[in-house]
This record gives sequence, C-alpha cells and structure tokens, in this order.
Amino acid sequence: MRILCCVKRVPITGGRMVLTADAQAIETKHLGFTISPHEECGVEEAVRIVESGGGEVVVLTLGPEEAAEQIRDCMAIGADRGIHLVSSEEWDAQATASAIAEAIRGEEPFDLIVFGNESADAGGYQVGIRVAYALGLPVVTGLKGLTVEGGRARCEQEVPGGRDVYDVPLPAVVTVKEGLNLPRYPSVPAKLRAKAKPLEARAVERPASKLEKLRLVVPEGSRKQAEVLGEGPAAAARVVEVMQQLGVA
Amino acid sequence: MTLVFVESADDELSRQALTLAQSLGGDVRAVTVDGAYAPAGWAAAIVEAAGSDDIVGPGSDRGNEVLAHVSAQLDLPFAANVSEVRGDELTRIRWGGTLLEEARLHGDRKLLTAAPFAFAPADAGDVTLLEPSPGNGVQVVDHVAPDTGGKVSLADAKVVVSGGRGVGSAEGFAILEELAALLDAAVGCSRVVTSAGWRPHSDQVGQTGTKVSPDLYIACGISGATQHIAGCKGAKALLAINADKEATIFAHADYAVIGDLHEIVPAITAELRKAKNP
Repeated sequence: MRILCCVKRVPITGGRMVLTADAQAIETKHLGFTISPHEECGVEEAVRIVESGGGEVVVLTLGPEEAAEQIRDCMAIGADRGIHLVSSEEWDAQATASAIAEAIRGEEPFDLIVFGNESADAGGYQVGIRVAYALGLPVVTGLKGLTVEGGRARCEQEVPGGRDVYDVPLPAVVTVKEGLNLPRYPSVPAKLRAKAKPLEARAVERPASKLEKLRLVVPEGSRKQAEVLGEGPAAAARVVEVMQQLGVA
Repeated sequence: MTLVFVESADDELSRQALTLAQSLGGDVRAVTVDGAYAPAGWAAAIVEAAGSDDIVGPGSDRGNEVLAHVSAQLDLPFAANVSEVRGDELTRIRWGGTLLEEARLHGDRKLLTAAPFAFAPADAGDVTLLEPSPGNGVQVVDHVAPDTGGKVSLADAKVVVSGGRGVGSAEGFAILEELAALLDAAVGCSRVVTSAGWRPHSDQVGQTGTKVSPDLYIACGISGATQHIAGCKGAKALLAINADKEATIFAHADYAVIGDLHEIVPAITAELRKAKNP
C-alpha cells in the first residue's frame, strides 16, 4: 500500500487567543506548533497499515519553511518520506486543494490519501473532498474506523447515535477524526532516524484567494467573571445550592 | 433566491441555517434528499435543484460535507460555519468558535453553512424531497450503534462531570463517576486525558471531541485550553473546580471553587446525598 497523509502546521494555542497587531494571524512568538489532532490519527493509521502489510507512507504539507518540523514529527512516528510545498502565505481551501492535487499527479499513484476531517485552525471542511474530485476518486469523511482489505476500504463515519458504514474501492480519499486510534509517542531513536529520511521541498506560488481572509477577531464576551462559591471542600454546600437553583439536583 | 439543504424539518441546526438564508434577502426554499445517504449523489441533486441560486446548509458534519461536495462539483468557493453575512463579506468561525474570521467571498454565488448556535431557528415550512442523483456510488451501506450500557450519552446529558490533567490518573476518575451517577450525568474529559489513555476518546469534550450543551458543566482540574472550551462553551452554566486560581478555565466559568478536586468532588457527592436523603 502506498499512502499519502496530508497535514497542516498549526500553533498550540493554549488558553487565550492573542492576535498579531495587523490581526492577520495568531501571535505565535511564545507558542509551539503541531499538526491538527485529526491528522495525527491519520498518520498513525497509515503507519499501522503499512507496518502490517508493507508499503510506504508519504507526508505532504503546504506551509512555511518551518513546517518541515511537522513533517519530521510525522516521520518520527513512522512516515517514510516527505513532500513540502513551501509558501509562507495562508492559502484558501480551493487553492490548497489545487496545489495538493497537482503535487499528487506528479507522484506514483497512491492507494489511499488521508486528510484530517477539518483543520484545527481554518476549519474549512473541504480540502480532502476537493482533492478527491480533482483526482476523480471516491471520498468518505469523518472516519472513526477504517479497515483496508482486498483493494477496498471499510469506512466508519461518526454520525449522531453511532456510525454509518461505507465500502469503497481503492484508490480513495478518506478524512479522519481524532479517536480513530491513539497515536504513539515517538521514541528518541525514531526522532533521530526521522532526520535522515528524504524530504523534498518545492516552492509554490499562491493564486488569488476566492475566500479571502480580511482579518481575525477574538470573539467579544468570551470572558466571564465567575462567582466564587468557596475554597476547598467547605464549598460543597454552596455547590449543591447552585445545583438546586439550576434544577439539576 | 436561496436553496437550503435541511437534514430534516425539525433538525435544530438545519432550522438555524434557514435563518442564515433568510438574512441574505430574497426567497428561501428548503430541500432534503431521499434514500440512503450518498454525499456526492445528494450534492448533485441539490446542485440541479438550485439552478443558479445561493446554497446554504447546516453547520453539522453532514451539512458541511454536502456543501463541500456541492462546492467541488461547481468549483466555487465555500465558506463553512458562517455566523454573519454582510453583502460579499462574512464572518465565520475558526478554532471551533474560539476565534472569528472576517472574509470576502469572491463570485456571484454564495455557498455557506451556518455556524451552530449563531442563529435562532426558523420554521422550515414546506420541505421539498429531492430524488438523489446516481453520483459516484459512494453511499451508506450499514449503520452500527455503540453499546452505551444504558448510560446517558455525553451529547444528550443535562449535566456533564468532566476531568482534566488535575485528576491525575485513570483511577482518579472514580470520584467523578460517583458524582455523575448521583446527578444522572455523563462523565467527560479533556484531550490531555484521552492522549494519556486514561479515558476513551468517546469521552473527550473539545474541538476534536464531542461538543456538549448541558444545563451544567462541571470542569474538574481542567486548565481551559481553547481546544477544550470549543467543546463546552455551549453549556448553560459552567462550574470550574481547580487548585490554580489563575487557571484560564475560570475566565469561562459562571461558578468557581478553588482547591483540590480530590477533596472537593467527594465533599459535593456527600453533600448531595445528604440533600437527597435528609
């Protein structure tokens, strides 16, 4: 199996959203970076499939120079090789999907192309689906379960009250959700091995955005002044009074 | 004119999407699609029924999926989870609603989903049932339901007792389970807890877990990362129990108790028992 995982570098936002002075981005001076949680599970799943049946896991990202760090992180949990489309600008979903589809066309065909269900930051819910259309492949989204066997994928999509099941032929595009598996922590030797794995970087030019970000805004009224009911176990009586007032106890 | 894809006439998020559609001005028509769910086939039916109209859907997983298929079929931009439209400009949510983006949608036709709980629900009126197009053959062939063991689900619970890093271990959740049982509540947790393997991911409340809207959310030993707030900000009331009085969670809380949850949670349980059996 040849599997491609598409990932996106995003900041680890912590407790408060602070914007840059031009309101174009989150202030990341004091923040670390990661990939979206859904994507971590996508990479883990791809690595498990290849560990049990052989093949190759390739990781692709579109992002700034620094996003090489995230490709190396994916290599540390078992991806074999990386493709980095380098651009320091933020791309809209349509342009992102076009660039990814173009990069995939230049590669040996993949059996499975894996995305996160939606990115942690922009949350556009569409890049994987657009790539599937560009390549003429079937796509199933929101997977919490995946079994690949005999050239087909059994996909379990999370829906209210359970999971809907799809059975699609490979090659296919899937988008996955956190909970699909519990991703491993990379070992130190695996992190060292990751540094030596092949990573190909290509500069890409951003086309004009059709969904054009103008500015970011921290929502108003998102901070409250909590009523302190007390300190330590002595507060329990007040807590129960509040529960009774709220009609839940 | 705007065509609205509704999951059903009484679906809450679909009714909110109708309100977004009405805010665009012009006539609004509600449609849904018959038969087994087939994303590409449903989208094709909606594209055909819409003609050159704008298309709006609910900000649910299914609504976002159908609209993404619609946008791919039409090769038009699609703005997911929109909370306001002003001409060709709009506001949409990012980071699970903890950040907003103001954006310009280029082109004459709008493809949008409505951010959950950004709009009051409207009456769906007559909903036209569309026949699905053949699409690409990708459709739901089976459904599996988890065994909840008769417990109230996280998404439906009126009270959620949720634990974070401060709980300290998988075993530490026993005191939360005990309190939850008394309140007919579901037990939730933060992402740190599922990543550590203390609880299954199905218990996770957050941007990448379950989004809950109980009458009371009790956050025990949870620091209040945006990832978690995105999942619990729909709660009508939030009680935070945390040893660190500077914890971010208190900025999102209606009620605060400061101190060690390992002492406070059992004390609340005991007090509740007393109140129930005086």
